[in-house]
Amino acid sequence: MKNSIAERITDFIKNYPPFDHVAYPDLYELAVEINVIYLDKDEALYTQGKPHNDHFYIVNQGAIRIYRQEGENTVDVEMCDEGDVLGLRPLIVNENYLLNAKAYEESIIYAIPIDFFNTKFENHTEINKYLITRFASNSTTRFSQEENEHIFADYKRTRQTDYFSSKILNLMTSAISCSHKHTVREAAQIMSENKISSIFISKKSKPIGIVTNKVLLHNIATGKFSIDENVKEIMNAPIVTASPDISIAEAQIIMLKNKVENVCITKDGTRDSKITGMLTQQDIVASLSNNPAVLMKQINRARSISRLRDLRQQLNDLLKRYIDQKISFTHTLTVVAELNESINQRAVELSVKELDTAPPCPFAFFALGSQARKEQLVPTDQDNGIIFDDVEEDNLENVRQFFMNLAATITKNLHSIGYEYCPAEMMASNPEWCLSKKEWEEKFKNWIYNPTDKNVLLSAIFFDFNFVFGTKELVNNMSDIVYQHTQNNKRFFMFLAKDALKSPSPIGFFRQFLVDQDGAHKDQFNIKQRAIMPLIDAARILTLQHNLQGINNTAERYYKLRELEPQNAEVYEACAYAFKALLKFKTKSGLASLGEDDGKFIKLETLSKSDKVKLRRCFKPIKSIQEVITVRFQANL
Amino acid sequence: MIDFIKKNIKYYFAPKKYPDYWKAYSETLKHIHSKSISDSKFVVFDCETSGLDPKTDRILSMGAITIHGNMIQVKNTFERYLHQDVFKRESVAIHGLLKNGNYHKTEEAEAIKDFLKYIEGAILVGHHINFDVNCVNYALKRMGLPKLKNKTLDTSVLFKKTKHQVYSHVNNKVFSLDEVCDELKVSKKDRHTAYGDAYITAIVFFRILGKLNKNNDLTLKDLFYTPKMIY
Repeated sequence: MKNSIAERITDFIKNYPPFDHVAYPDLYELAVEINVIYLDKDEALYTQGKPHNDHFYIVNQGAIRIYRQEGENTVDVEMCDEGDVLGLRPLIVNENYLLNAKAYEESIIYAIPIDFFNTKFENHTEINKYLITRFASNSTTRFSQEENEHIFADYKRTRQTDYFSSKILNLMTSAISCSHKHTVREAAQIMSENKISSIFISKKSKPIGIVTNKVLLHNIATGKFSIDENVKEIMNAPIVTASPDISIAEAQIIMLKNKVENVCITKDGTRDSKITGMLTQQDIVASLSNNPAVLMKQINRARSISRLRDLRQQLNDLLKRYIDQKISFTHTLTVVAELNESINQRAVELSVKELDTAPPCPFAFFALGSQARKEQLVPTDQDNGIIFDDVEEDNLENVRQFFMNLAATITKNLHSIGYEYCPAEMMASNPEWCLSKKEWEEKFKNWIYNPTDKNVLLSAIFFDFNFVFGTKELVNNMSDIVYQHTQNNKRFFMFLAKDALKSPSPIGFFRQFLVDQDGAHKDQFNIKQRAIMPLIDAARILTLQHNLQGINNTAERYYKLRELEPQNAEVYEACAYAFKALLKFKTKSGLASLGEDDGKFIKLETLSKSDKVKLRRCFKPIKSIQEVITVRFQANL
Repeated sequence: MIDFIKKNIKYYFAPKKYPDYWKAYSETLKHIHSKSISDSKFVVFDCETSGLDPKTDRILSMGAITIHGNMIQVKNTFERYLHQDVFKRESVAIHGLLKNGNYHKTEEAEAIKDFLKYIEGAILVGHHINFDVNCVNYALKRMGLPKLKNKTLDTSVLFKKTKHQVYSHVNNKVFSLDEVCDELKVSKKDRHTAYGDAYITAIVFFRILGKLNKNNDLTLKDLFYTPKMIY
């Protein structure tokens, strides 16, 4: 018998993953088994610690807030709206719910029985892939490396790397080796300096053995051999070698057969020719999966700027896939920001080495703007600065010259990795932003006590700084100075608030989107200027007022504010949610137009109707938060 | 007069011979009031008819949905297209059901029999439900059966209860399903098909329950109680 409601449900779920890859008749059969659930605001869908009830859910209308109860506190994990799937993980691992799900607003939910779903789609590859990634995004810790490592390990290959035809030549890294005359201590020192876990022992550039962490553990740490012995005494020999022309698959088989984790690549593949590089199990896994944990390791071990550029490209691929697979945006944001920061750190570290002279005094390199707020998904301009310890007056210019040279190297390297130069010269290579501790303090004081238009703008840019590399105390000290002088400084806050409120409104009188009237981006919607910046600016003022140090991320700022001001909790929560949603729009658009700009201009005609509605929904919190600021800092005077 | 009564008294007091399915149906409707809202079975239903007169017009299609707890089971829904001789050209524009349309059609008696089975022990819910119930009652009459015994709830009346007192001027207004949908922001997809209207009405019913149950103390009795002023 015809079941029109099942048809209706099918029409809905076929638009959303994982169902978008399933044939209509199969979906219809599934839809017949579905239950439709209605939840009023704040009604619970499932509760932490309770056993699961054999159904998972997809949101039809409304929004479901997923959170974790930690003692008295609730920690927000995710907001699910139209088309999002939830409650799947406990069913797969057959455990109790680890999270709570409550209706954030009135909602209609479809409950899908897992048993039927399993039997029906057991052998459906697209669905299985989806389930695996979904699994990862729901992990309870925010950046849980171990878990991701298992889950992503064999998930999906990058399009560029083909397992069977691609040569390992593109994958291998330069090998680090030491002479057979070295002592164990010297070999270990080289390993530690290069942050590697194994080193080749060579004789006339030909490999004769390998010393790994394990070898060191078993032979040295146990006391069997002294560290002053010759490396030949303890090394593993003979060594496993391969030619650079074999495929990835072949390399992996060699590793499996010989039970080793790395292979020495030599010119002709035998032990009697020159070492050209090495290939580790890690490299293979990384090339196949783009696993964030492996990527992180590779960033920290990268020995050249060009390697970092490749990794930054891989990070972009990872981001693209995360977005395509609709993995939780909060998770994506954290993973990408974390990796991005590591790339920057590593780039600075390499640049310091490149300079070859030790810095004359302690210094710190810090990031500004979106990178400092950990909101940079698509690479944008670099904004950064350097602070160095106070030195004697006569020596100051010499020291500054040194750090400016360093900064020039850093910015050049960052540029070749893919971060554009800042058009406004907000970079450490500019003498204005390469200052000693005392000079920075003077500068900040000047901005705070003389709030001219320009100074307020600079405050807005600079007060989001985040430590990248060097001596962390110097940057902490900067924060202290800022808070010391802004505390109870009503006048400064008033100017800052005025600046935050001056961004143009996103929608016009007739509720239409306001687009640029002319210029290169005529008729496009500037999402950064009109929607994202107001939220960022507002969060900054409020965190400055509350003296919240060390929280730079806008969404996290709002979550923290929500705890501090329960009376405004609703506004803050809505702002955090809107911010994340808007950033997601920008990222998507940025990925689509990679290379042109960072996605701040959105072509309205490319948005679907429901995207437009979602976008518009994000504008309401902007208005509310601006009202809060106007009233609190009397910015309308 | 007395003669007349005498003549018919036998007929009135004689035990009536109804088919088993009718007995089974009426048996299930005896203990409804003792249940709470979440335990009750609600059947939201809607008919598309050939016109607006229950007496002469005929049911063309029926759609019904069971609500139990706060859940609709998709598997357990009711949808029938009826075979009818009465056909009116002017109503086709509304419901879109053609005389010889390509649907699997059931005979009226068969559909009504299934329907009785489907609404066993249930409270009927609908928008302007009296009309739909009347249509079914006339169909029952044609089959020689008495009227439906279920309790009924009308969403057009319930909707007025959700209104605050300051909007009391709406109490005399008759709300169409379209207007209610607009106010409660319910999507009107598949409007004017029996199952579509039934589903929409079910969502409307959910919304109304949510609104009335703000303090978590709504009882079944409250639903059936209708202040005089609302009419």
